[in-house]
Amino acid sequence: MLSRRQFIKTGITLLGSLTLSSCLKQDIFREKFQELTGEEKKAFLKRLEERYERKYGIRINVDATPPLKDAVFGYGLDLSRCIGCRRCVYACMKENNQSRDIPIQWIRVMRIKKEDFNPSDFEHSEHYYSPEEVPEEGYIYIPIQCQQCERPACVKVCPTKATWKEPDGIVVIDYEWCIGCRCCMAACPYWARRFNWGEPYIPKEELNPYTHYYGNRPRMRGVVEKCTFCIQRTRKGRYPACVEACPVGARKFGNLLDPQSEIRYILDNFRVFRLKAELNTEPKFFYFFSLG
Amino acid sequence: MMIGLFLFFLLMFPSPLISDTVSNARIFSSPLFPCSSCHGVMKPVFSRRKLSFHEDITLNHDNLWCLDCHNASNRDRLNKTGGKIITFNELQSLCGICHGVIYTEWTQGVHGKRTGYWNGEKHYLLCTDCHNPHSPRFNPLRPEPPPLRPEKTLRR
Repeated sequence: MLSRRQFIKTGITLLGSLTLSSCLKQDIFREKFQELTGEEKKAFLKRLEERYERKYGIRINVDATPPLKDAVFGYGLDLSRCIGCRRCVYACMKENNQSRDIPIQWIRVMRIKKEDFNPSDFEHSEHYYSPEEVPEEGYIYIPIQCQQCERPACVKVCPTKATWKEPDGIVVIDYEWCIGCRCCMAACPYWARRFNWGEPYIPKEELNPYTHYYGNRPRMRGVVEKCTFCIQRTRKGRYPACVEACPVGARKFGNLLDPQSEIRYILDNFRVFRLKAELNTEPKFFYFFSLG
Repeated sequence: MMIGLFLFFLLMFPSPLISDTVSNARIFSSPLFPCSSCHGVMKPVFSRRKLSFHEDITLNHDNLWCLDCHNASNRDRLNKTGGKIITFNELQSLCGICHGVIYTEWTQGVHGKRTGYWNGEKHYLLCTDCHNPHSPRFNPLRPEPPPLRPEKTLRR
């Protein structure tokens, strides 16, 4: 004979185990993506892809390639070559599915008078410059994006642990966990993070369908986003989009652990510096002057 | 797994295993190539003068003159110092005679642009892909539009 109490108990456990099946674990209880098992990850990515297909009407591939072993990414930027043409900014927007109607740009190119240049002080610089032609006499241009710090201030302040540093050095954001408090934006000394104030709009034909879960998959309203060194490309061995877009070859990318890489050649042979080095955030983004 | 194996090989045998590619010289796609189809029957003139053909070429490369780089007896080849003759696809070694430091940096991937794979096959751009060999300095570019000021980003 089943007592009333027992009946309710078994009923609830039965119902609970049904809804708690791995399928709904992510959607309802928001288990952290990196804590899911391989199978659960696959199922969640598949449902994410279906959701995107319903929303945008095209097939979007979301993968979650894990970090490569023996790779820590570093970036070099040759300031004596950069002409401030902003080709990288727009290549980045295209590659990383940034919002178009309320434009979000992960790269910001600062213009500063040569005599005012100081890697710790951008008081006299501006990023709204728009002359007929670049480069202009007497100015240098400093593109700034996420510096992928070794000791990232943004990670320290995140109350939900939605952002962290991966073993390959890339600071990533789990958009499902971001609550949009923007503490990280206040903490970042490089103004590298952007916030989706509205539902981001990207025309269907401009969507890049090759995406990564932590990278360029279409974002939603109320989450923070930033440069991930094109995680969807670099984890598959390719160069970031900005490197391939630069018309003067000022942007260099490579594996800091590989002594043959171009970034290591730069570190060995040029005087490199990092922005706001006194803050001890230890960026993996190195600036240098190859000429004079 | 494959990538790990590849990285292992990369570290073991630094360069010979990588089959990097370099662009074809720009001249091969020119409708005027091969040069010898006209120049084969013409007698080379070594003096500096105003050209009656190739008037679209503005020579603004220090004090060089055509036959300093182009070979006089075989116009489909280039001159290198010491009487060596090279094809257009080896022109980086000719540029490297004067621009030695830049040539070294190019071989290391610091000067110029590489595309492809940071841990695998790379594609190098040849000097003439970016620089016009006859006037190598870059022309100024029109910049892409600046970011919107915050007050303009409000949705209507």
